[in-house]
Formats: sequence, C-alpha cells, structure tokens
Amino acid sequence: MSAPIDLPKWADTVLVPAVSVVAAFLVAGLVVVGIGENPLTATRWLIQGSLGSGEGLGFTLFYATNFIFTGLAVAVAYHAGLFNIGGEGQATLGGLGAAVVLLKLDFLPGFLLLPLGIIGATAFGAAWAAVPGYLQAKRGSHIVITTIMFNWLASVLSVYLLVNVMREANSMNPETRAFPSHSHIPFMHEALAALGIDIPPSQLNLTFLIALAASFAVWLLIYRSRLGYAIRVVGSNPTAAVYAGISPARITIIAMVISGALAAGLAVNELMGYQHRLLLEFTSGYGFVGIAVALMGRAHPVGIILASILFGILYQGGAELAFEQPAITRDMVVVIGGIIILFAGALDGLFRRIIARVLPRPAFASA
Amino acid sequence: MDSGTIITVFDSALRLSIPLLAACLAGLWSERSGVVDIGLEGKMLVAAFAAAAAAAETDSAWIGLAAGIGASVAFALVHGFASISQRGNQIVSGVAINMLAAGLTAIVGNAWYGQGGRTPPLEGPERFREIFLNHSVLVFLALLAVPLTWFLLAKTRFGLRLRAVGENPAAVDTAGISVTGLRYVAVILAGVLCGLAGTDLSVGQSAGFLPNMTAGKGFIALAALIFAKWRAWPALGACFLFGLLDAVAIRLQGIALPGIGEVPVQAIQALPYLMTVILLAGVIGTAIPPRASGVPYVKER
Repeated sequence: MSAPIDLPKWADTVLVPAVSVVAAFLVAGLVVVGIGENPLTATRWLIQGSLGSGEGLGFTLFYATNFIFTGLAVAVAYHAGLFNIGGEGQATLGGLGAAVVLLKLDFLPGFLLLPLGIIGATAFGAAWAAVPGYLQAKRGSHIVITTIMFNWLASVLSVYLLVNVMREANSMNPETRAFPSHSHIPFMHEALAALGIDIPPSQLNLTFLIALAASFAVWLLIYRSRLGYAIRVVGSNPTAAVYAGISPARITIIAMVISGALAAGLAVNELMGYQHRLLLEFTSGYGFVGIAVALMGRAHPVGIILASILFGILYQGGAELAFEQPAITRDMVVVIGGIIILFAGALDGLFRRIIARVLPRPAFASA
Repeated sequence: MDSGTIITVFDSALRLSIPLLAACLAGLWSERSGVVDIGLEGKMLVAAFAAAAAAAETDSAWIGLAAGIGASVAFALVHGFASISQRGNQIVSGVAINMLAAGLTAIVGNAWYGQGGRTPPLEGPERFREIFLNHSVLVFLALLAVPLTWFLLAKTRFGLRLRAVGENPAAVDTAGISVTGLRYVAVILAGVLCGLAGTDLSVGQSAGFLPNMTAGKGFIALAALIFAKWRAWPALGACFLFGLLDAVAIRLQGIALPGIGEVPVQAIQALPYLMTVILLAGVIGTAIPPRASGVPYVKER
C-alpha cells in the first residue's frame, strides 16, 4: 500500500468502516429519492421487516449465515495477500459436492450422512479454490483472473450437470431430486421446539451455529496459530516470509483451500439447510457480497459477523420493502454492497485522510 | 455443412464478436496505461441500459449511443478516481463497478418502466440501421477502432508515452509528463469503447435492454485481452475466435455430429475461460501483462 496514513487503532477498525457504511447509505438514499420514493419510509420498512418480528429476525440471521461464510472465505485469502473473488464458483462446486454425497449415499443413517454431506461440500469447494491457488503459487497466473474464469467455468459446469445428468427424472426444472429427509439440517425452530422453546418458524437452521463456530475457528487460525501467523506474514511481506523459512507457495495454496472450503458453507446453509435439493444459481451473488462483508469487517471474524448481520438486515428487510414499495427491488442490496466495496475497499484512503485531518492531534499522537 | 451455412455462422460470429472487441480494446487502453480494469462488464451494462433508455425516450439511436458512452465514461471516471487519484485497489474498485452497474440498472429499469427491468422495445429510427452487409454502423466503428488503437499506441508520441506509463511510470514522470493525466485519458477511452460495446448490445443487436444482458461478455473480453497479450490486432483475432465459438455453439444446439454425437453447448461455452486459464498457466506460451498494471503510482518514492 502506498503512503500509509497512521490512525489510532479504534479509528482504523471502527471509524473507517462506519464512515463507509454511512456514506453508502447516503448514496443509496439518493438512489431511492432519484426513483421517486421516500427513503425514510423505506428505511422504516427495512428495519421493521428484518428486526420487527421474530420471523423476520430468523430470516435475517439465515441470510447473515450465508454472508458469514462468504465473508470469512474472502478474509482468509485476504490475510495471505490473495484476492479470492471466486466465492461464487467455489460455493457452486460445494453445492455439487453436497448433492453428490447426499444423493449417492442416501442409504446411510442421518448421523453419518449429514456430516458427510458437509464434508462433500467443503471438499469440492476447497478443490475448486485449490487449482487457482496452485496456478498462482507455482505457475504465476494471477489469482484474480483465474478465480473469475473459474466462476464462469463452475456456472457452465453446473448448468451442464443439472440439465443433462443430475436432473430429477421426468422433471422439466434443472434441479436434482430432493435430498433424503434424514439429511436435512434441522431448522432452528424445530431444534428449539425439541428443547421446549417456541420461536416462530423461518429458514434459519443450525448452520448458523456452524457459521459462528467457523468464525471462532478462523479467529483461532489467523491470530492464534502458527499457520495463521505464516499466512499473515506471507500476506504482508512475502520476502520476509521466505527469509523466515515460510514457503509462500505452500501458504498460498493452503489459504486458498481454506477459503474455498469456507465459501462452500454457503451451499451447506442454502441447500442442506433450506432448499433441500441442488438447483441452478443458488449462490445468487452472495459470493460477491462476501467481498463487501470482508472489507467492511476489516477481515476480522467479529467484524465479519457484524457486517453479515447488517447485510442480513438489508436482504430480509429489502424483501419486505419490495412488497411495500415495489419500485425498490432487492437489487438495492447489490447497489449498497457495491458502494460499500467502493468506499471501504477502493476509496478508504480518502476516508482515512479525512479522518486523520479531523481527529484531534493528541489522540493521533498517542496511537 | 454447405457454404451458405458457413457464411451464416461467420456472419453471426462477426456480430457476436463486436461487443467483445470493443470491450477488449477498452481493457487494452486501460491496462496498457497501468490501470487494471475488471469493470468492463459493469461499464458495458450501464451503457446498454442508458443507450436503450435514451433511444426509447428520444427516438434516436445516435442519442442512445451518446448516452451509452456518457454513462460508461461516468463509471470509468469513478474507477479512475479510485485507482489513479486515490491510489485505491484497482481490482476492488472494478468489483464495485460491476456490482453497482448490475444493481442500478435493475432498480432504475424497474422503477422507470416496470417491466421487470426491460426497456420499451425499440424500432425504426430508435435502432441502428444495417448499412452494409447486414451490419450496423456500430460494427464498423468497432472494427475501425482496431487499426486506430494500433496506430495510436504504436506510431504516435502519445501512444509511446501511454505504453511507458504502463511499464515504468517513474520514467515518464521524470521526463516531466503527467502520469495521472495519461492514465485518465486511457481510462476515459476505455469508457468510450465500453459505451460502444454496450450500445451495440441493446440498440444494435437487440431491440432494447434486458436485465443483466451482458451475461459475462465483459469477462470474455478480459479473457480475449489476455489471449491477445494486450495487443490490438491479436485482440481482433481473439474476439473473433470467441465470437465464432459462440456462433458455433448456437448453431450446434441439438445437432448430432457424425462420429461425435451431440456436443453439449456448455463444452463450447467453457472454452474461452478454459483456454485463458491454460494460457495463464504458461502451458501454451506466456501472457505477461504491462509491468506497472495494477500498481498505483506514488510520486514521492
């Protein structure tokens, strides 16, 4: 990075993302005004739809689960200095992996089939990320370009397989048959009902807990383990890594494998937890929003969980909003995601410079 | 296959390769000056929308073209501001451009016309007429951009400086020439060419805008750019090749070839991506980007 602007740590981790988000909402508000709608009522519907009811909250957390996985995937690669924009493709392959396991091994009992399905998803996702990782590490191909190409390859591959090979017999839709019912990840309301707790039904399922566990695991990995240290060294200074006896090539591949496995968590939540079958384009842009989540969360698991909940609110609230004000479709989330990526990712130097100028000198010096 | 079929396939290959070609040359200008552009897709998409909307409102395809270029240049300037002036991450900025374009065209299209994001169908003077061999003027503009790009880059002082800025900006700076200025010019030219590409999609080839109508063409253009090793004439070849693959895929749909059987369309669709990955892996030749591409230029180093 060029000409670092030193900010106190709290400003760096809280203020910069916060300013980016506020700026993004201001721009989004302008878009709402531009198409002739009232941004304040829109915000009210958004909040009410996402947080105003137990059901809405359940949906919000369901979407947040998707964003946690794709955000963590981007973050792990980011710590290794890699920009993995292949989350969409890796999750697509994860869906194929889960479907292959669940449909081929459906004779197994649930307690075996369920973990095997998750392993199948993560293994496929990891493998799909490992190839660009290998090509970057050993052949010098640029990871951004290869992961873009792998996204399209994944999409073409899944269309082929769903139309020609895996489609349910005598069905017109490009979907597989339903996964066996004993392989479904329980819904949160079912699981809690078994414990005698009553919550309104929603798509929220136990994958949410897996996502939280994965966040903790990523925190342990990145900040508390030898491998995580190696990943961060390679990310900030590959030359120093070589000097310290760390192989950047090896770390690159490992980081991509972990990243791809995390991206596949999206397939676990969407398919094993909710849709219960493999269908086309189930990734629907979550992989790209994951970039916004990771940038906003400053690639830290806590930040990623918070950013994911924000995007969950936008997604669920946006769906409700589209009912009330049909002119504001869910595409607004994509716009806000794009603006946040622009502000928190590409223009953060601008905000850092402004904040550095505004902050009182003593706070600055004591940092 | 008789000669009539071959001519039809080549004709549609040319048609399909035009948006790729314009976008590919856009990427060429930008990356030759040292600014990586993965936002070709997004710029094409906003251009396609703006062109179709303006053509529908004003009954003029030419005003459509102007609007398409204007919208695309506006997005290009955002990318330029982030990557050149603010020295931000160019890839992150490109991703943002793509998402913004996808979201904004869908929302605004839906709010304005309420037809699931489509613009009203264009007809008569709202579209470009076929002027020669069943092709519109946009096709010839895009083809003309190839020798023009080659000439400007290879034979003029401006081109030499622009290429130098993509390889060694410090040397250009030392010679007293503005790195920032040159890069902005390149980024704006990229915007103009993406505007042409998008307008061709919605006003040239089809009669209106459909949501997400670029459908990855911007990324195929990026693949073609790598395939052409960032040079103008090879870009023409690469784009025509990818256009031909597309045309053949459409032609072969549901047809069984003797000895091979039915070739899945997806196998042909995958080829541009696959070929790019293989090329980048250095198995067949090498593709080396301009040395300074993707690196923000900092004066005080």
